[in-house]
Amino acid sequence: MALLLGLFFAAVGTVTVGIFLAKVWWLPELISVHGAAIDRQMVMTLIIAGTVFFLAQITLGYFIWKFRGQGGKASNWHENPKLEFTWTAITLVIFLSLGISGNRIWAQYFQTPVPKDAVMVEITAQQFAWNIRYPGADGVMGRTNPALIDDAAGNYIGLDPKDPAGKDDVITQNLMAIPVNRPIRLMLRSKDVTHSFFVPQLRVKQDAVPGLSIGVSFTATKTGEYEIACAELCGMQHYKMRGRFLVMTQADFEQWLKTRAAM
Amino acid sequence: MEVHVAAHHEAPTGFIRKYVFSMDHKVIGIQYLSLAMAAVTVGMILSVLMRLRLAWPTEKWPMLAHIFPEGFAGGPMTPEFYLAMLTMHGTIMVFFVLTTAPLSGFGNYFLPIQVGARDMAFPFMNMMSFWVTFVSFVVMLMALFAVGGAPIAGWTAYTPLSAVGVIGGPGLGTGQTLWIISIAIFCAGSLLTALNFLTTVLNLRARGMSLMRMPLTSWAWFTTAILALLAFPVLLAGGVLLLLDRVGGTSFFIPAGLVISDRHLTNSGGSPLLWQHLFWFFGHPEVYIAILPGMGVTSHILSTFSRKPVFAYKAMVGAIFAIGFISYVVWGHHMFMSGMSPYTSMAFSITTMAVGVPSAIKTFNWLATLWKGQIRFTCAMLFSLGFVSLFVTGGVTGMLLAQPALDIFLHDTYFVVAHFHIIMGVAAIFGIFAGMYYWFPKMFGRLMHEGWGKVHFWFTLVGVYSIFMPMHFLGIEGHPRRYAQLTEFKYLLHLQPLHVFISIAAFVTITAQVIFFFNFFWSLKKGKPAGPNPWESTSLEWSTPSPPPFDNFGPVEPVVHHGPYEYSVPGAAKDYIMQTDPAAEEVRP
Repeated sequence: MALLLGLFFAAVGTVTVGIFLAKVWWLPELISVHGAAIDRQMVMTLIIAGTVFFLAQITLGYFIWKFRGQGGKASNWHENPKLEFTWTAITLVIFLSLGISGNRIWAQYFQTPVPKDAVMVEITAQQFAWNIRYPGADGVMGRTNPALIDDAAGNYIGLDPKDPAGKDDVITQNLMAIPVNRPIRLMLRSKDVTHSFFVPQLRVKQDAVPGLSIGVSFTATKTGEYEIACAELCGMQHYKMRGRFLVMTQADFEQWLKTRAAM
Repeated sequence: MEVHVAAHHEAPTGFIRKYVFSMDHKVIGIQYLSLAMAAVTVGMILSVLMRLRLAWPTEKWPMLAHIFPEGFAGGPMTPEFYLAMLTMHGTIMVFFVLTTAPLSGFGNYFLPIQVGARDMAFPFMNMMSFWVTFVSFVVMLMALFAVGGAPIAGWTAYTPLSAVGVIGGPGLGTGQTLWIISIAIFCAGSLLTALNFLTTVLNLRARGMSLMRMPLTSWAWFTTAILALLAFPVLLAGGVLLLLDRVGGTSFFIPAGLVISDRHLTNSGGSPLLWQHLFWFFGHPEVYIAILPGMGVTSHILSTFSRKPVFAYKAMVGAIFAIGFISYVVWGHHMFMSGMSPYTSMAFSITTMAVGVPSAIKTFNWLATLWKGQIRFTCAMLFSLGFVSLFVTGGVTGMLLAQPALDIFLHDTYFVVAHFHIIMGVAAIFGIFAGMYYWFPKMFGRLMHEGWGKVHFWFTLVGVYSIFMPMHFLGIEGHPRRYAQLTEFKYLLHLQPLHVFISIAAFVTITAQVIFFFNFFWSLKKGKPAGPNPWESTSLEWSTPSPPPFDNFGPVEPVVHHGPYEYSVPGAAKDYIMQTDPAAEEVRP
């Protein structure tokens, strides 16, 4: 029993670490600038957590086998202030370092100022679709008013027809395109319940909360087609609230906007 | 300072007074454990239904469609039925299993005895606390079978989804209202329990039972009761506000301008984030309420079956308090992506990292307790050793989730589902199993069958690792949680085989629990008779008959002469000294 149990815990530690090291399952490909720091921190934390995990399981397994009752007398050893101080200090240093390094990256993420030439996009989430809006040639988003929302008539975001700035806004549903290698400023809103904008490859996730307008910034580094997933339970079609997320060249993006505007 | 209750109530007569409306903490403890056993059965059935859909989302199940016609509507299980099962699974497990069995179940039975008291401080209130909790469970079952369906907003019931009624989706009408009422009633029952525990520890300890001679189980129950006392009122308040938003026309959680399914709501002024703050201010201490008693049980059992004192007892007490205290200032780590100020997130991140330190200390101390021990592999010990392994596994992923930058990717993915299931759904459950195998002989006078217990242990240990380890991999691939199926997303399609593996592992593991239930009920009648102290353990409950008499200790008040973990004391006759063993030194008051 002792040997079996000890080996089992050792196996748990070894097999799990092995699967992670072999990247049998792993993070999706990275396509953003800020995501590089996140991935580095993720790997470093996994290494530290994985080492702690591995050592603890091995130690537990070993102790179970080594100190199985064999009829002798147990020790009465039950304290050692120096040892306790040492392992507490080491733990504190590791956790604090992770906390500080992790928060530095977090601060970089949300404190980076929005460049003047950032592409402005706005999403108004709803059950169960993403309404995406671009400001159009005038560079200004038209005024919206929730009272004007009328899904049946196709005014999903409550665009105010009286505001001239809104006349050239480009609005799509479940289809978002951005130019590669350009900073994007995305404002997230919701018109009914809380949703969450998640593009795994971008390493971007942000809840879209009714009553709030929340900004996220990112720059994509690779063209291609990706997916927007909803990451906050929003009702019975939460699992299929999918948007297409296209990263294209600047030229293609401008063409795409023109084509959408004409539709 | 101890105050002794002067007159105690007489032994009850008649079936109703003895076994139904009993004021005896031992009967009440068993009632809570029975409630938890019924609840966990319901919870496991719900998880089977969930795993059925996740593994085979388009499959039709004619037998199930017969039992739940609305959930299948002539075809495969509907996504809303999945969400209803998910919501009720989480709710029933967290509240009616993990908050009842470890604290109100074992705590009620053994806290008074371990501290040398004849009963809890307020026996009538104790009886009320159980029956209030029972009513809460009945109302929750009504929510499960409510007209229009059970709620689909998750056990976290985020607003506005949970506040707007049926226009938000099925089950959000009557089902959600009954859910809120049940939770509110549960809060009341828990508060009564908490008051009793605290008063009993502070006022009813026997002569010689100083606080620093209490077993770590009692320290854990004491701290957990403090957490419950401060946390449940906040949930109650939040629940009342949510109910008012739903039926009273208020707008605590509903902002202006909401349009749901083209219906314009007239509410204004509310904040969806306010609900999250209120819920998680309760919710985070709640998960420590679920785990702290298990940590106490683990310390206690590791010590007994290593024949060694708990390593660094004082540090263990300090760690329990530190965990309890810090648990109140970390709730925002559930809200890193919520739209809360990112500066607030930084503060919560640091406190969350901090709570890892006392948890790590406890783990080191458990390992040190095993060092140079003489380990006896009873079923209780096996489950406690499993607890240590699982606590480490679940705890280390906390290092990732505590960092907002990493949470950008990991929040609301299966990585989180893996983390909390391993800590709550497995480690805490192992604490309950360990307690059950350990204390069964004391409660019922017979031992559980050790051989079948070992079979149960191995199936469960291998099973839970098979179920929940793969969920980390789903999470690192970016698989969101609460998805009825993954088939809509290209980047998830290749993960379906993992879902099948997890579901099959779950079915096997759940089936293996039948072994436990069978063992439990068989042993009640056919188990080997147990003497007062089959485990050669030191705490006060093992100095009483099995089961103890009505007033726990008979005519003579217990007097405590020793600390709780005097195992293998050099020079002692046996390798353990009972706490009540008279000794040469003076009794310290």
